[in-house]
Formats: sequence, C-alpha cells, structure tokens
Amino acid sequence: MSETSSNLMLSTSRLSMKFGGLTAVNDFNLEIGKNEIVGLIGPNGAGKTTAFNVITGMYNPSEGKVFFQNRDITGLKPHSITALGIARTFQNIRLFKEMSVLENVLVACHMSIKSGMFASTLHLPGYRAREADARRFSMELLEKVGLSHLAYEKGTSLPYGQQRRLEIVRALATKPKMLLLDEPAAGMNPQESLELMKFIRKIRDEFDLTIFLIEHHMQVVMGVCEHMYVLDYGVTIAHGDPASIQKNPKVIEAYLGVD
Amino acid sequence: MTLSLLFQHIVNALSLGSLYALIAIGYTMVYGILRLINFAHGDVFMLGAYVAFYGMTIVALPWWAALLVSIVFTALFGIGLERAAYRPLRDSPRISIMISAIGASFLLESLGVLIFGGRPKGVPVPDVLSRVIHFGSVSMIMISLIIPLFTFALLGVLVWIVNKTKTGMAMRAVSTDIEAARLMAVNVNKIVSFTFGIGSLLAALGGILWSFKYPQLNPLMGMMPGLKCFIAAVIGGIGSIGGAVLGGFLMGFIEIMTVAFLPTLSGYRDAFAFILLIVVLLVKPTGLLGKRQAEKV
Amino acid sequence: MKQNTESKKALPKRKQYTIIALAAFIVFAFLANMFFDAFTLRVFNLCAIYIVLALSLNLLNGFTGLFSLGHAGFMAVGAYVSALLTMSTQLKDMNYFLEPIVPWLHHVTLPFLPAIIIAGLVSGFVGFLIGSPVLRLRDDYLAIATLGFGEIIRVLITNAQSITNGAQGLKGLPRYSTTFAVWVTAGLVVLFMVLLMRSSYGRALKAVRDDELAAEAMGINVFKVKVTSFTMSSFLAGIGGALLGHMITTIDPKMFTFMLTFNILLIVVLGGIGSISGSVISAIVVTILMEVLRFLDEPMNFIIFKTDGLPGLRMVVFSLLLMIIIIYRQRGLMGSKEFSWDMLTGLFVKRGHKGGDHV
Repeated sequence: MSETSSNLMLSTSRLSMKFGGLTAVNDFNLEIGKNEIVGLIGPNGAGKTTAFNVITGMYNPSEGKVFFQNRDITGLKPHSITALGIARTFQNIRLFKEMSVLENVLVACHMSIKSGMFASTLHLPGYRAREADARRFSMELLEKVGLSHLAYEKGTSLPYGQQRRLEIVRALATKPKMLLLDEPAAGMNPQESLELMKFIRKIRDEFDLTIFLIEHHMQVVMGVCEHMYVLDYGVTIAHGDPASIQKNPKVIEAYLGVD
Repeated sequence: MTLSLLFQHIVNALSLGSLYALIAIGYTMVYGILRLINFAHGDVFMLGAYVAFYGMTIVALPWWAALLVSIVFTALFGIGLERAAYRPLRDSPRISIMISAIGASFLLESLGVLIFGGRPKGVPVPDVLSRVIHFGSVSMIMISLIIPLFTFALLGVLVWIVNKTKTGMAMRAVSTDIEAARLMAVNVNKIVSFTFGIGSLLAALGGILWSFKYPQLNPLMGMMPGLKCFIAAVIGGIGSIGGAVLGGFLMGFIEIMTVAFLPTLSGYRDAFAFILLIVVLLVKPTGLLGKRQAEKV
Repeated sequence: MKQNTESKKALPKRKQYTIIALAAFIVFAFLANMFFDAFTLRVFNLCAIYIVLALSLNLLNGFTGLFSLGHAGFMAVGAYVSALLTMSTQLKDMNYFLEPIVPWLHHVTLPFLPAIIIAGLVSGFVGFLIGSPVLRLRDDYLAIATLGFGEIIRVLITNAQSITNGAQGLKGLPRYSTTFAVWVTAGLVVLFMVLLMRSSYGRALKAVRDDELAAEAMGINVFKVKVTSFTMSSFLAGIGGALLGHMITTIDPKMFTFMLTFNILLIVVLGGIGSISGSVISAIVVTILMEVLRFLDEPMNFIIFKTDGLPGLRMVVFSLLLMIIIIYRQRGLMGSKEFSWDMLTGLFVKRGHKGGDHV
C-alpha cells in the first residue's frame, strides 16, 4: 500500500460507525489507488455494507473521514458523492420496479441531462439535445453488456443475473470514476461468478475505473482483486494482496465454520 | 385566578386527558402491530356512544347495562372492521391499507348520518353521574371525577394483560416482528383481532364517558377527538401504551389550559394539536417514550 | 414512446385519432356551452376542475410516491387569494361587516388571469414552506403531517377575520370560471403532466417513487425533487381551488375540509395511482356520479310513494366505492398505464391484448 497521494482515489481515516451500542465499523483505514480492483471481504454481519453506506454518504459516520481524490467527502449527501464520481450497486438489487431496462439506465443520466422541471417539461432545445445524447449513450452501454435487445422489457422482469448486470450498467451511466459493488456475485454459481469477475475486469479497463467490491466468499474474488481488506465484527483484521490474505491465520480463524 | 378555579381546570384537564388516553391507546396498539393509522378509530368511538345512547333510550336499559352492551358490541364491531377492511390488505403497501382506513372512516361517518340522523342528540345523563359535589369552594360534576378513576383502573388491567399474560406476550412479539412471531407459532390473526377488540372496547368506553361529560351526540363527533388522539399517540411515542397515556394527558392539559389562560387563542384550539404534532415529528419523530428504530438500507 | 418497427408505421394514424378526438371534444365543448342548461353545464365544467385537482394530487401520490392529505388546504389558499384579488372594493365592503378588510387588500382588483396565476404562486409558495420541513417524513407520517397542515391552514383562514372574513366566508365572487377558462386550464395541465412524465424530470420523479435510495445513488437530489414536486402540486391545487371558487362564487373555510381531499383521493385511486389518463377519466366519472347521485340525499318522489331523502347515502356509496377499489382492484381503472389507441382497438379485437408501453 504505497500509493503516492496523486494516485490515491479513495481513502478513509479512522472511520467508525456506531448504531446505539453496536459498533458496525470500527477504526477503518482504507487506501485505494487509481485503477485498482480492491476487495472487501468478511463473514456475514462484519460491517462491509455499512462501510459502503458510510463511504457513499448513506450514513453519516460517527467518527473519521472519507476522502475521494484527496477531497474530504465526509458528510456529503449521497447524490453529491455520486456527482463527484462514485457510483454503487446494492446487495439486494434495487432497480426501479415500474421502469423498463432503458429507463433504469436513463434515470442515471438525469444528472448529466442537467435540466430542471421546466426545461425538461417544455422540451427546450438544450434539453432535447442532451436527452437524445443520453438515450444514445444508454443504448450503447446496454449494447456493450449485451442487454440492448431487452431495452424495453421491465427491469425487474429480467433473470437474476441480468438484473445484476443492469444494476452495474445503471451505475456506469452516472459516468463514475470509481465503482462500488456490493456483493455482485451473490446468488451466482461458480461459473457465473467467474464470468462476472472477468466482466468486472473488462469494465475497469474499458471505462478507466477504480473498483471496490464486497464479497462474502473469499474464493470468488481471489483472482480478480489486487488488494483485499478483511473485516470481522467491524474490525479490519487484515489487508494485503490475495496470497498473503489467504495465509493469514486471523482470516482463517474468522472464516472457520463460516465457509 | 383563584386557587379553586385552577383546581377545577386541573380536574377538567384530567378528565379530558383520560378520555384522550383511552382513545389513544387504541391507535397506538393497532399501529404497534400493523403499522396502520386506523383512521376509523374515532368513528368507532362515535359508534360506542350511539349504541349506549340507544340502549338507554329505546331499549330503556339502565345506564351501566347500556354501557356493557355497547362496549361488547363495539369491540366485536372493531374486530369485524379489521377483517373486512384491513386484513385483505395486510401484505399490500402501507398506503393502500391507509386509504382503506380513510374509506372506512368516511363510511362510518356517513352511515352514522344515514342511520342515526345528522341532527345532534341530547344524552340522558344518569343522575348519579351528573350530581354536583363540593370540596370546599370547589364544585364539580361527578363524571369528571369518575372518568380519571375509571381510566386508571382500566389501564392497570391493560398493563397486566400486556405484560403478564400469554396473549400479552404474543402481542408484544407480533409488534416486534410479525414474521418472526408467525414462525414462533403465534396465531397472528388472533392477536390482531384481539388488539382491535381491546382498542375498540376502550374507544367505546371513551365515547360513552365523553357523551356523559359533553352530553350531545352527532355522527361526526369522533373526527376531531380521533385525530387529536392519534396525535397524542404520536407525541407519546407510537407503539407505546404508556406513551399514549402520557400523550393523551398532555393533550388534555394543553387544550384546557390554553382555553383557560389564553382565551384569545381559543379559536386556534384545533390547530394547536397539529402544530404540536408537526413539531414532535420533526424534532423527535419517535415521540417522548418511543423506541428508535434503525432503518436498514 | 415505443418505437418498435411495427408501431412506426401506425404512429401517424394514432396521431390522427388523437387530433380527431381532440377536435371532436372542442366542438362538443362549444355545443355544451351553448345548449346545456345551467346545471348540466356546471357539472361539465366541474369535471375540468376536478381533472386539474386530481392531476395535482396524482403528481404527488402517483408519480413521486408522496402520500399527501393536505390538498384541501392548498385549494383554500388558491381560492381565497384569487377571490380577494378579483373582488371589487364595493363587494368587499358588503362582505366584511364584522370587521373591515385590511387596507392593503381593500382596493386591489385584478383581472382574472393575473389573479389566478398569483393564487397558484402563493399556494405553491405555501407548499414550498410546508414541504421543506415535512418532506423529511415518510409514508404515513407524511400523510398525517400534511393532513395537519391542511387543517392548520383552515384554522388560520377561519381566524384571520380582517383578511379572509373568517367563518362568514366570501360571497359574490366574480363568475370567471367559464367553460373556456376551466377547460383550457385542464387542457394545459394535462399537457404539462404528459410532457413532464415523458421527460427526464418525470423519470426522476418516478425513480424517487420506486426507490428513494437507488435514486439518490443515481445522483438525483431526492429531497429537492420532492420539494419541487410538492410545490408544483400545491401550485396546481391552488389553481384548481381558485377555479372552484369562481365557479361556486361563494367560499368559506368549511368548504375546504378533509372531505374535499377525500373526494380527490377517490378520483386518483379510482383512476389508477400514477396514471394521467386514469385521473382524467375518473375525474369525469366521479364528478358526474357525485352530481347524479345527489338525488340519493334528497327527498324522492316516486309517484306512488315518497321518501324523506336519505342524507349521507351518497357518501356511503363513495366511501364504499373507495374501499372496494382499494381492496379488490388496488391499481384502479388504469393502474399506472396510460390510455393509448392500441388499448382501445385491443379491447375490441381481442380481450387481454396489452396496450403499448410508454417509455
């Protein structure tokens, strides 16, 4: 972990999140460099999703700070954080249930369409052009992940794996610099998981992204992550490259009986 | 203001607060279990008062018998209402079940107008209850004293049921987690019915006592007290019986005391409750005695 | 709009239908204005006002997922502002016999158009002021808080004697809600809603409705969107209230109780929460029903026997209707779908054919 600060994308310092008496995340220090794929692993209830929620502004941390590209983003609203270039997906897929696949992606373009209620309702020329751009851009994205033929289907009617993919596409449509994926492989068989990891590496290269992802099963992300953090009961018990994590006695202990 | 006048206001506030508390309990119990604002609860209160009224006038029952008949009838009615209007929607979005409750409230009010007539009816208050008693320079009507006593006795029984009996335990389980309770073999439907029964019974009792204190009935009489008592329940911390009682008394005191001490503001009387509600919701949405629920993302 | 290959050819035809239907309606409205008797014309125009009101509530309930029960309050603001701005000094003197009207309102007399626009703006501003704190609440708490604000507005109007004439209300409002005025307004509001819902902002509203958290994660400022929607809805409710006032020509605080909100809610639920065409159709149906069923409340004369009239029966019918819809057909007439010509032809050709999905 020796990134120069110009290369640093996301970092946290002494981040803690307490709910009443429960400390879900405790003293979490993170450093992610540009274009890295970093994994956050740990048993159920270890505080992984909570860490994501704090980073993306869904929760206000009890203590500590979050930095994105050397800028303090602690306490910003989630939409402002998205605007700065951090997009995320959710553990329990959260698609807009009344919308088609294309609309789901278009919603993510709302930010870049930059039109208020009146400009968009009156279809002013500037809005028209940006809306057309957004549609083209969304269709291109869908094409890239092989979902364009389903553009007019309802998002929630897609099979599970494709819903996950759609959620990633939707996050990409916000034009992020960094992507946070919350258990993208949940519910997939080993073959599907493997393909997903290939896909994740592909989008990293294609969209010049930095990726931070949560995974419950260590094996799944071994191949794809360059760095890993291991949480247990909110505490970081280890971090380092996959090989050293695998051999770390603390990690083995935490996972014993879980996997 | 003399001391005796102040004392009289306090007694008045206590009895109004007791009535509010009786109704607020019904709201809080139903909300605790189903997360539903039972808009029709105020109209159940109205129904209770009317049934007792007809018991005393048409059937010529003694007042206590009319009271008993009314609370049994109204409790059964409450159970029926839940089955007809709320149970089919239990797994629907919360807004749907609330719309049904609003519909039920308007239905009961308009049925009231249709069946009981829109014109107000005078209630024959039993002599025992309308007797004026004197404590030194303070004089008050019997009913104003009886209401708080009655309320506290009932509260004791209720607290015992909720905390000591098996049914009470099941109620608490259902309100904590309806799915988990179902898995633990709690008969959820039975508990919900029981809750509606108790809530309606208390509302009926509140309605009857109300009609003895303010002896006039009309089909819309439940509307304002209903809203105020829901607000009382929210202020106290919805889901908590103690909170409902506290909120009810608070509401009663605020109302009586503003009218007594700030008569120029009495035109705004009905707005106070709502202002209080909004302030509480914004400052401490869980109410005075409510527990904080963490929201899962 | 769906741009499938098969529908590309049919599109102009659909446009034709729409233009023909619109033209037919305009002709109908002209004829109605000339030949309908006063009562029928009033019902016809009331339909337009309820279209405006239903759409303004649907914007919140159906499209933004905010359950508000304070609509009557905003209508009251609109009705009162427009009344006070249009009534002549003379008329005001006649109304305010308990306490004189405040001087700054005494001599104001504006034409209808600026008055109704100001009425909408004031109502929208009140909505903005109320919305900013209240929209932090969710679901049923939001509903009860907006209900509370609706009541507070009413109590304030009742007590502000020298501004609103208190409980006496205002009589003799200029009869500005002509067939032309109400239907043009309704048309504009329908057009606004259709365009809004097809725009990026409309998608943002629906995203907030479907999943607030995901919407926020997509970079949508959810709170701002909610406040904007609430303000816009209050603006439209104010316009609707003003039109209603200038049609009935008498307003008082009792008119604007929760009962009025209930009527509009009924229209929205019946038409389908989240459907513009549903609200339009339902507003017309419910308004006509309400007037037609008025006989239920009045004494009846069946030649052979007479009844004394059953006051309350009409509301029994409507509240039962609301409950039956919500229990047995939760999605209302149209669900969240919109009317399309395909739907109509589909209805005739083979039942169960799904109408064109709008994107």
